[in-house]
Amino acid sequence: MSVDKSAKPSKLRWGELDEDDGEDLDFLLPPKQVIGPDENGIKKVIEYKFNEDGNKVKITTTTRARKLAKARLSKRAVERRNWAKFGDAVHEEVGSRLTMVSTEEILLERPRAPGTKAEEAKIAGDNLAQLGKGGAVLMVCRSCGKKGDHWTSRCPYKDLAHPTETFIDKPAATETAMAASGAAKGAYVPPSMRAGAERTGGSDMRRRNEENSVRVTNLSEDTREPDLHELFRTFGPVSRVYVAIDQKTGVSRGFGFVNFVNKEDAERAINKLNGYGYDNLILRVEWATPRSN
Amino acid sequence: MRPILMKGHERPLTFLRYNREGDLLFSCAKDHNPTVWFADNGERLGTYRGHNGASVKLWNVQTGAQLHTFSFNSPARSVDFSVGDKLAVITTDPFMEVTSAIHVKRIAEDPSQQSGESVLTITGPSGRINRAVWGPLNRTIISAGEDCVVRIWDSETGKLLKESDPEVGHKKPISSLTKSADDCSHFLTGSLDKSAKLWDARTLTLIKTYRTERPVNAVAMSPLLDHVVLGGGQDASSVTTTDHRAGKFEAKFYDKILQEEIGGVKGHFGPINALAFNPDGKSFSSGGEDGYVRLHHFDPDYFNIKI
Repeated sequence: MSVDKSAKPSKLRWGELDEDDGEDLDFLLPPKQVIGPDENGIKKVIEYKFNEDGNKVKITTTTRARKLAKARLSKRAVERRNWAKFGDAVHEEVGSRLTMVSTEEILLERPRAPGTKAEEAKIAGDNLAQLGKGGAVLMVCRSCGKKGDHWTSRCPYKDLAHPTETFIDKPAATETAMAASGAAKGAYVPPSMRAGAERTGGSDMRRRNEENSVRVTNLSEDTREPDLHELFRTFGPVSRVYVAIDQKTGVSRGFGFVNFVNKEDAERAINKLNGYGYDNLILRVEWATPRSN
Repeated sequence: MRPILMKGHERPLTFLRYNREGDLLFSCAKDHNPTVWFADNGERLGTYRGHNGASVKLWNVQTGAQLHTFSFNSPARSVDFSVGDKLAVITTDPFMEVTSAIHVKRIAEDPSQQSGESVLTITGPSGRINRAVWGPLNRTIISAGEDCVVRIWDSETGKLLKESDPEVGHKKPISSLTKSADDCSHFLTGSLDKSAKLWDARTLTLIKTYRTERPVNAVAMSPLLDHVVLGGGQDASSVTTTDHRAGKFEAKFYDKILQEEIGGVKGHFGPINALAFNPDGKSFSSGGEDGYVRLHHFDPDYFNIKI
């Protein structure tokens, strides 16, 4: 108790007030008054406070609340809003959480960036004109292999090419054969490996990560996957870009991996970019070594 | 947009339907408990309990009380009320020796006077009749099902008026059919042949075809913009054995006129079985094999999409 008192000596105690009943109560402020809102939505709030000279000041705040135009709901819809719950909804458990708002922001994913179609035609036109002038620019799209139509970055088939499809590689076939022979011996074969199963590269995923993989270290913290992709795609088609992000801090851990479709491209990238100055740091680019486990 | 997820059903969704004013959303699943939700915030209003077999039930929307039960000797597949709610068309599945059929029932003003007699029964199509709906001015009934043919019947006499041309029609079972918002001047069918087709409801001429790379289980048409939505995905039985990306479980938006893809909305982790547009065109909901209903309120930029 005593500690309390010494800590806040100025604080008025309700019990003490009662004792000082006869004394001047000027230091007390009348309670806050709220009048309204009336039918016009006008609300008055009367408050009292002391100004710096110690005088009591009355503050009257008048506000008018305007009803927002009701989202055009029909009378019957408003009525339905107040219907009592029924069926299983009556005794809904508090924690049942039947209705949740997605934590993930879902976008209407466009098949191509808006407006690219018109632009493409224009650029192609420009290029033809350039070619005509003799300043031969040979455009070859590295995604779809089309010549003179568009640049890789504007490839309309970019998204269509399923990344895993490019990696359904030969060893898978031998593996299936193995699996099949294994099945004959009565060993378990996962459904995705069985004959007739739809092969979509799920099993190839792990292998993919190790193929033509280039490790990039000494990245600056600001470097994100798009930046890395921008840097590396000049050497050839890139199938995967990954920058390690610290899960706790959300900051880049300063290294990443880039997978190339072609080994030669990866080799060139290593030769060119190892020791390359990027964002005031010197990159180290090398072949990624597969994990020991 | 941030969709609202509604997990009221234990089993795959089969149907989604908004009421006319768009404030209630009704959902049906294979778990026998139709459910009604508030369409703005996804709050559950109630469930309709009592289904246990081959029957069609008439409910009081507000209280969930059963008003009448139409019993059939085979499972019922779909129901559609006529304009004016005086009649209902019900399709039943083939079962044992019973063939599939389309039944027309008169809905009495007073539920206690309701009779179980069919005004009209149409048989003929082989396989399941997945959808039957009322045509323009209730004069016709449009049906589609597993035999890949769209048929138009006279709703008075039950006579077959038109059949879709097998040359241009669907090549695989038709899974869904939805009418346009203007009392069915045209309608859209979705089929497992990975396409959806837009038909004229009077002449049954093919107007448009929307091609996609997944079997189509559900279709919807925007009442506001010239957009159609297709939902589907790989066969539910093979979902667990393949990579999730192979499933193609997005709802795909197409331009109704140009037949070009506008975009996709991801989210379900099973095929989409049901799609419905709010009558105001500002939100839509999808129901999947995963048992979830996802209610999407469009972002403002959806309304100025140009292709």
